[in-house]
Amino acid sequence: MSARLSAPDRTHALERRAHPVVRVLALRGVVVLWELVTRTGWVPALFLPSPSGVVEMLASGELLVHVATSLRRLLLGFGLGALLGVSVGLAVGFFSLAEAVGTPLIAATFPIPKIALLPLLILWVGIGEASKVAVITLGVFFPMAINTYTGVRNADPLLIRAAVSFGAGRFSLIRKVMLPSALPMIFAGLKLGAGTALLLLVAAEMIAANAGIGFLVLHAQNLMETTKLMVGIVLLSFLGIVSHWLLVRLERLAIPWKA
Amino acid sequence: MRVAVERVSKTYADRRGASVEALRDVSLTVDAEEFVALLGPSGCGKSTLLALVAGLLAPSAGAIYFEGDLPPGRAATAMVFQEFALFPWRTVQANVEFGLEEAGLPAAARAARARDLIQLTGLAGFEARYPHQLSGGMRQRVGIARALAVDPAVLLMDEPFSALDAQTRQLMQEELLQIWERTRTTILYVTHNIQEAVYLADRVVVLSRRPGSVLATVPVGLARPRAEAMLGAPAFIAAADRIWSLIKSEAREALREAGA
Ligand SMILES: Nc1ncnc2c1ncn2[C@@H]1O[C@H](COP(=O)(O)OP(=O)(O)OP(=O)(O)O)[C@@H](O)[C@H]1O
Ligand SMILES: [Mg+2]
Repeated sequence: MSARLSAPDRTHALERRAHPVVRVLALRGVVVLWELVTRTGWVPALFLPSPSGVVEMLASGELLVHVATSLRRLLLGFGLGALLGVSVGLAVGFFSLAEAVGTPLIAATFPIPKIALLPLLILWVGIGEASKVAVITLGVFFPMAINTYTGVRNADPLLIRAAVSFGAGRFSLIRKVMLPSALPMIFAGLKLGAGTALLLLVAAEMIAANAGIGFLVLHAQNLMETTKLMVGIVLLSFLGIVSHWLLVRLERLAIPWKA
Repeated sequence: MRVAVERVSKTYADRRGASVEALRDVSLTVDAEEFVALLGPSGCGKSTLLALVAGLLAPSAGAIYFEGDLPPGRAATAMVFQEFALFPWRTVQANVEFGLEEAGLPAAARAARARDLIQLTGLAGFEARYPHQLSGGMRQRVGIARALAVDPAVLLMDEPFSALDAQTRQLMQEELLQIWERTRTTILYVTHNIQEAVYLADRVVVLSRRPGSVLATVPVGLARPRAEAMLGAPAFIAAADRIWSLIKSEAREALREAGA
């Protein structure tokens, strides 16, 4: 054979282009279309408020109280739930006694839809802030505890033996081997928990609150203030995006060994 | 410190009741300041024996003793693992410091000691890297530095250089010998390379196929310090031949079994 062929590139089918222009245009296009549809009066503002109206109301700051209230509930509930979940997950993953106590309890209570517990929680801790924070805490606790437990159980036995061979005791093992081993699972749990927390926040605020974004959305609907309603939805999706983004950043900081 | 392994057997049992006999009635000693190589075919229980000496496993029968005084601040044993076993979330520096942390050394002393060993093992400049950013050979050097850092009375090394290319392996052997000449740590060194065993050790303990038992202990009549020129010396060839004749039939049978 005397022909000379360059080695073919067979990866064409695998190629996935980023299409950066399309990405930007798609989002903008929808917003522009939305604005047009409302400006022309094709869809009445009662059903679909214009984007410019939504932005105006957002910028006015009149809804800041609601945002602050919701944020406080969210942060408290999420923080508490994450802290409790990780602690319980670590203990149940490491100590056989805690495992014997914890696993059946968690398995039995985990399937309860947490929002169904809100009336009970209101009965126990009152209709104030505590019941809303508690329901979010519960919602975050379970995915965190289960993920942390799984992470600990999947810690590499070789690394555990290595640590023990250098004299590591129980608490050293937990802190220096189990916890870092579980970190990727813990962050997966945090992302999952953030979504759950938002859902529970809105539900709780719709059921029993006189402030907060969930309250705002429901109240605005009752008064036919569609722009306000839409602002609430935009705020909620914004919260979801920001919390996810923060968690991704935090994960990069906390797990520098995963490139 | 002297290590005495007395009539040790180890049988692994899994949850379904199946059991694997890894070691049968093994007795051997490693004298203080002695370098002993443990040689045997794959799966004969070499790693198991090291884990028993390190206290990471309990023997099914028999006992293991350490004889001699342990000066304060020195670890009894430290292990270099066959699979490296570095902590992926720790940098090179932090991996080397691990044993020192557990020994309760203050941070400044830890950092200084770790730096010394990083220098010694040729890892200078890589202190801030994570294990996944290192080549296999460098990872193993981190494992060695981590073990040497605690200044163990007995150093247990499980095929530390088997992942290295031949040239690097040769250089690392020289370095290990130099370190040993200086520290005179008692070393139990697992390998399945006859040349390596003879070149490094004072005595070579040859194990049979699984279940591992001691076939013979072959003394190496080479002077210290060792030099590459000794690789062709009559004493070297005699010891290597002796070991090969001991394990030849074992290796053949293992091969036949694997083929069947
Ligand atoms: N945790 C375990 N449970 C059950 N069997 C095991 C366990 N660890 C090792 N074994 C078995 O015990 C035997 C000895 O294993 P070991 O790892 O000590 O061999 P080795 O001599 O170090 O082999 P290699 O040279 O390949 O590293 C093998 O047959 C192995 O399958
Ligand atoms: Mg082995």
